[in-house]
Amino acid sequence: MAHTGAVTAFTPVASLIGGVLIGLSAVMLMALTGRIAGVSGIAARLLPPYEDKEFAGRFAFVAGLVAAPLLVLFARGELPEQTIAAGLPLLVIAGFLVGFGSVWGSGCTSGHGVCGVARLSIRSMVATMTFMVTGAATVFVMRHWS
Amino acid sequence: MMAAFLQFGIGLVFGLGLVASGMSNPAKVLNFLDFGAIPAGTWDPSLAFVMAGAVVVTYVGFRAVLSRSRPIFAERFFLPTKRELDLRIVVGPAIFGIGWGLVGFCPGPAFTALGFGSRAAFIFVAAMLLGMGLARLLSILPRLSRLVAPADPLET
Repeated sequence: MAHTGAVTAFTPVASLIGGVLIGLSAVMLMALTGRIAGVSGIAARLLPPYEDKEFAGRFAFVAGLVAAPLLVLFARGELPEQTIAAGLPLLVIAGFLVGFGSVWGSGCTSGHGVCGVARLSIRSMVATMTFMVTGAATVFVMRHWS
Repeated sequence: MMAAFLQFGIGLVFGLGLVASGMSNPAKVLNFLDFGAIPAGTWDPSLAFVMAGAVVVTYVGFRAVLSRSRPIFAERFFLPTKRELDLRIVVGPAIFGIGWGLVGFCPGPAFTALGFGSRAAFIFVAAMLLGMGLARLLSILPRLSRLVAPADPLET
């Protein structure tokens, strides 16, 4: 089955601005708490066992992530576009793989892809190239393998 | 308390970045990863701009911040010290990438998607937390069991 998702517009300016905000957030977190803004690491440490006393801060960070679209809704009166094409089994399988893989590999798009690459970490560059390749290969199989 | 309050604001800026950039929309992420769509003209390269903007700002910002003696709310900076390339640094991201390509959510945008109120995001995040918990448990298991029974009796 060659299913093609919804076509999305190329948004270089909005995406660059969004990227700058993500970078500013990572820099502020480092300046304040001395920690890498890696969402998978932050989220995984919300689960037991607890090895330090940073739970409140981590929870607050994740709550901020969740609150962002609500702020947009409040400011603009409507939510931005979001299309999730996947059905239930795929959501469960993909969610599990994303969670397991990101923690097993010590990071995801934010920890490796942004912070690690910005620190010129070889491990993070290898990780980032790996998930880009398997991500693209998965999309290729899902959409063009028929 | 103050630190946690500020971290909410930092998470909010991160989330706004995800929303503004389009990364909170799985369709956009999948269209970026869809290099097979280049001939058809529906490939969406926007996410390269997210990455570029975030990496440049972080590179410059980290240099400034890490030149200070310590962060504001902690005694020291907590930076990864591991350098060697092991199997896990390839296998983990490979698994993560497959999940990313299946639905178009990585961990940050998945949490931000919760704020959109969709049922799909809740299901994805629940499964993601399960995977995270299992991976973390498997990685700390050797350390925990060692506290009970040392692998080598001569080891102190």
